[in-house]
Amino acid sequence: MARVGCGAGEETYGGRSLTGRITRMSQAIDTPHIVPESISEQRTRRGFLIAAGAAGLCYTAALAYPIYRYLASPQEMESSATAVTEVTLKDAQKLPSGSVLMFKFGTAPAMLIHHEDGRWVALTAVCTHLGCTVQYEPQADRIHCGCHGGVYNAYSGANVSGPPPKPLKLFKVAVGDAGVNVSRT
Amino acid sequence: MTSKSITTSAYDWVDERLGLSELAAFARHKTVPVHAQSFWYYWGGISLFLFLVQCFTGVLLLVYYHPGADAYESVRQITFVMHFGWLIRSAHSWSANLMIFSILVHMFSVYFMKAYRKPREFGWLSGMALLGIASVFGFSGYLLPMDELSYFATKVGLQIPAAIPWIGPVIGNMLRGGLEVNEFTVQRFFALHVVVLPALFLPLLAFHLWLVQRHGNALPPSERMKPAAERKSMPFFPNFLRKDLAMWLISLNILALLASVFPWSLGKQADMLVPAPMGIHPEWYFMSPFEMLKLLGAFLPGEAGEIAGILIFTLGIALWILIPFYDTNSDTGRRARTAHYFGLLAVFALLTTTVLGYWTAR
Repeated sequence: MARVGCGAGEETYGGRSLTGRITRMSQAIDTPHIVPESISEQRTRRGFLIAAGAAGLCYTAALAYPIYRYLASPQEMESSATAVTEVTLKDAQKLPSGSVLMFKFGTAPAMLIHHEDGRWVALTAVCTHLGCTVQYEPQADRIHCGCHGGVYNAYSGANVSGPPPKPLKLFKVAVGDAGVNVSRT
Repeated sequence: MTSKSITTSAYDWVDERLGLSELAAFARHKTVPVHAQSFWYYWGGISLFLFLVQCFTGVLLLVYYHPGADAYESVRQITFVMHFGWLIRSAHSWSANLMIFSILVHMFSVYFMKAYRKPREFGWLSGMALLGIASVFGFSGYLLPMDELSYFATKVGLQIPAAIPWIGPVIGNMLRGGLEVNEFTVQRFFALHVVVLPALFLPLLAFHLWLVQRHGNALPPSERMKPAAERKSMPFFPNFLRKDLAMWLISLNILALLASVFPWSLGKQADMLVPAPMGIHPEWYFMSPFEMLKLLGAFLPGEAGEIAGILIFTLGIALWILIPFYDTNSDTGRRARTAHYFGLLAVFALLTTTVLGYWTAR
């Protein structure tokens, strides 16, 4: 048998002072005769535990920080994209009236509408209800969200009916010879 | 209700349902032998820890890695664009190498302590299977960055099974996914590396660990000869576990140091039209078989040498795996000595061919 001679499981291996102390402590808890410890001993143990805890916390933080930054890398890259204040859509001035051009403003979808009456409107294409991409419907001349039936005014972006709580944000539009410039208001 | 009584009643609630106290009682009775060779008992635990590091860093790499045609580009992005991506990748590569190293140390310590003998034969066999899978992990993972070095090392490595008569070319093409190492190879090596191999490795590992719990630590022959009263031991919980965890912490520190001070490099993108750079060689743990094949090729040129090399190597591994069924006697005898010398020969052959391999690859 490989495990003969283990005795009652006492520590027989070069008993370190710390180990000894912990063993003594557990004995103190187990036995009804609690031996009062000296105050200095209590203080040393307390100091040791605080130091060990702080060191462990620092160690964990040193491990967790690179992992957090690694996983957060795409957000950080996007945050520079969300700082975009204007977009120039090349050749968008050729967009026929009564039609729409979907584009990305920063990271989020947006739409440029050329109305039948010749007016140009650009707004975010993210439904204010739960974030679906909305759709321009030229026949009804309205903006509709397919997810939960929200409806917006295609000129002002105002929420007309359905669940959307807020209007769609409008952008400033400048139509030029080479393209259409869309910027934050 | 005091906080203590809340803790006790919470413990009782869980204990009643999961039987924690049985587990605690089991842990209390488990002991680990203490003797001059006790140091070697830590290496299985270190291997386990490094495997856990592999799982963890592997999942982190999986977050940005693309297999297939953009493999190289995605590894470049991980290494140079993502914050600390170089560190995660470096930790994964270093930990892989350290894990193979510690598994080898574990294997040889088990071998020389004769811990493969009855009733631990399954421990030995499952351990050998785990080492085999670990080396396939290494081989498949090596290709994934698709840089020059990994491309040519994989190309050369796959020539070895291709040298087997008749079925060799079929095996080679099956592994490569065609006649050449390309994006199809990366894709299938990726599937192997992150799905197939873990699915094989994890249950085997669970079996291996369960066997360790079942049979406990083996005693080396020198300890076994001592009368029971002279043998020393320590409780597993908390004494040995605490030392085990301390070893894990040391391993983690060594890994962190290596990974950050010697970051794993990324070579140029693999291009089959660019001639292989000088000194293409496999990972160190494949250096020995690689060099043995090369040496045999010098004696027996051509296909005969390759086949003889593969045969000799397969035979050596088979003998190594089957050692528990040869050296069965629980005390020292003629067979035990033969096994001992066979082990020394294996260590000597591995070391010399590895050194020779690096010497000639310079």
